[in-house]
Amino acid sequence: MTTPLEKPDGASVEKTDDAAVKKNISIKVFGVGGAGCNAAGFIAQTPFENVDIMLLNTDAQALAASPVPQKWVLGQKRNRGLGTGGDPEQGRAAAEDDAARLAAFCAGADIVFIMTGLGGGTGTGAAPVMARVARESGALVLAMATLPFSFEGARRLRQAEVGLQSLKSSADAVICLPNQKLLKLLDEKTSVVETFKISNTLMADGLRGIWRLLMQTGLINVDFADLCSVTRGRHVASSFATAEAGGEKRSEQVVEKLLAHPLLDGGHVLNESDAVLVSLAGGPDLTMSEVNKIMEPLQRHCENAHLILGAAIDEAYTGRIAVTLIASSRQSAVAEPVPAGPAAEAATEPPMQFLDPATTPRPPSRLVAPPPELSSEKKEQLYHRQTGQTRKKLSRMQRELPLEIVFKGRFEKSEPTIRHGEDLDLPTYIRKGVALN
Amino acid sequence: MFDSAPIIVGLEIGTSKICAVVGEIGAGGSLNLIGIGQARSRGVRKGEIAEPVLVEEDVRNAIAEAEQMANVEIRSVYLGVTGDHIRGFSNHGTHPVVSADREITEDDVQDAIKNAKAINLPLENSIIHAIRQHFQVDTQTGIINPVGMYGAKVEVDVHVVHGKGNRLKNSIAVVKGLQLEVEEVVFNGLASSLALLSNEQKELGSLVIDIGGGTTDYAVYADGIVKHTGVLAVGGDHVSNDLAYGLKVPLGRAEQLKLEHASAVLQPEIKGRTVDLPGQLGLPSKTINLEHLHRITSLRLEEIFELIEREISNLGWLERLRAGVFICGGGARIPQIQILAENVFQLPAYLGKTNSISGLKSALDQPEFATGIGLVRFGSLQQKRKSRGGLMQALTDVFKR
Repeated sequence: MTTPLEKPDGASVEKTDDAAVKKNISIKVFGVGGAGCNAAGFIAQTPFENVDIMLLNTDAQALAASPVPQKWVLGQKRNRGLGTGGDPEQGRAAAEDDAARLAAFCAGADIVFIMTGLGGGTGTGAAPVMARVARESGALVLAMATLPFSFEGARRLRQAEVGLQSLKSSADAVICLPNQKLLKLLDEKTSVVETFKISNTLMADGLRGIWRLLMQTGLINVDFADLCSVTRGRHVASSFATAEAGGEKRSEQVVEKLLAHPLLDGGHVLNESDAVLVSLAGGPDLTMSEVNKIMEPLQRHCENAHLILGAAIDEAYTGRIAVTLIASSRQSAVAEPVPAGPAAEAATEPPMQFLDPATTPRPPSRLVAPPPELSSEKKEQLYHRQTGQTRKKLSRMQRELPLEIVFKGRFEKSEPTIRHGEDLDLPTYIRKGVALN
Repeated sequence: MFDSAPIIVGLEIGTSKICAVVGEIGAGGSLNLIGIGQARSRGVRKGEIAEPVLVEEDVRNAIAEAEQMANVEIRSVYLGVTGDHIRGFSNHGTHPVVSADREITEDDVQDAIKNAKAINLPLENSIIHAIRQHFQVDTQTGIINPVGMYGAKVEVDVHVVHGKGNRLKNSIAVVKGLQLEVEEVVFNGLASSLALLSNEQKELGSLVIDIGGGTTDYAVYADGIVKHTGVLAVGGDHVSNDLAYGLKVPLGRAEQLKLEHASAVLQPEIKGRTVDLPGQLGLPSKTINLEHLHRITSLRLEEIFELIEREISNLGWLERLRAGVFICGGGARIPQIQILAENVFQLPAYLGKTNSISGLKSALDQPEFATGIGLVRFGSLQQKRKSRGGLMQALTDVFKR
């Protein structure tokens, strides 16, 4: 993890120099793994300026099928371009083999986007390595990752979780798209191809929104540091949503679309999040009252959240408004897996400690004085007292229970009644935490 | 059947029941209740129509029953609506008096009201009621009707009740589908308050809370006029649902437990007492802890009251309620609910009794019918206003008699 002081600040200094300088930031998009390549390939179909797209995969065959010109087969020596068979360890090793090559790809990039699908072998294993390498070469790293559908099985989900953690510790910011949430978008007839297309479109929209946020001069400027402050160090996946609307009622419509966005769970996510970044883009005709009209309902939805607003003017958006929203919540006060230390230290730390605990060096322990000589009787006595105490302590310590999933009964299908950020359809006694013995 | 006496029908499409109330305007202009029809509602969720086909069937049954009981043919109804999308708020409108002599005309008044109604509503919302409150002429406040007065500026406060147009259309479409006319659409909370409150109570300041199956509607009166209205899409169904979840019983049994054993206030002597549910139809017999039952019910109802209390006190109306709180709707049947309301609002609370209407004693005493009766009352007031409106209308009325 970078020092929050060094890199983002450096970037913002660059940005404040001149609008022209800001436009010249070079962005590289890497699609890592099958899903990542598909998403990046999808983005390549609608190019945007100053963006290079490159695909990385261990599966040469899949890579050959993509029309994107820049691609690289990871770990050619190791598995001869045949993929990883869903093993993140292989993906990681393949990427480590090619680390020097990857660093060369990243050379000269100011911002690196990594698009990947977590849960498989290449994406889960190689993306964190890619992120680390890109960071070492001096770029700001932003990862967008999809999480698997729950029908893909518990193992893939678990792998994805682990991958997400290590991605979080090696990238500057991670934005997550849990595919499971897509199911709400689909109807009975949606084909599998379309489903993944929707996933890709969402990723592309998110990328475009972030690109806009970073590249375009704002009335109310938002820079990478703001983005990091929202996405960094959060334990839950950040959610994002983009919406666009035009016409007379555009500000109302855009809010409506945002709140109806499946990734925001009809505004539920906003209620629960504690940091929200909103980036508006509009033409020169964007009025302050419109900004207000958009922000007011959003603010109402996330009363407790730290809200960051950015607004940018772009000629291309004349008569329209586009809003990108990134929300994240801190679920619990569990310590970060990787402490936000100096950049150098974080970079040298092996990112895959979850997958391979053996390679993780143990931190040097404090010097502990040798125990004093005791008679065996005394030892026994002490031992018993100690074990008794610890057992007592253990039983007293209360562990945090997972949030109870409450069945809403007959209100499952109706519109939720939400007041002051509370879903009133859930039984009151549960929300108030009243225990029935 | 002759159209000798005009009849007024109120139709409430509720979440738990659909009821049609028939009233008759007697010779002296008094309102007389002559029939009631009701049907269990199957296609309504949280006060809004979810399955129009079922609703249409239920409405047909209720109307048929009412027609039979009152021995009339129903052609038009006053339709009660509710739902979470309905909001009430007050707005202020001003209009400069332009005529040379500065006399305020009916046109000026209408323009002032039009200004007050021109509010920034979302596109899809439409206004259900725009209730004019007090007028202000220059600095003189509290004027009921300024026509004929002199002044430079007329100002008016209007309480606007609005809701999503399409959802309102759903209810109207169901009624129209049965070849019935909709005279007017009325917000249920207002209808209930019309049924319960006397003029003195409106003058003193009262809050009417109608706890229905899917929604709780409320209306605040002070100084004789409507000051605030609102809907909370939480009602008796939520109590049953909480009980089903908390006591781990099927919804039907939870409903039954609520009707037979619920209480709005937790009493100390209930501790340790249980209720036995006999096993039937494959359901095993079960022992229910009465304390849990009361606690779940009480917490839910308390929350409903607290939410309303918070909203009203934020608007500053709580201090103005000198007559107290009046509770009606099916929720009013839960024992000791008025004590709970007293605790939450710190005001005297009563179970609302319908007054200002006569006939069918059995129906008048039931809190569930407050809305239906209120709709009829609303209709009678509208018709009175209409008949007062024009000379020709008055003449035809005389001839009719």
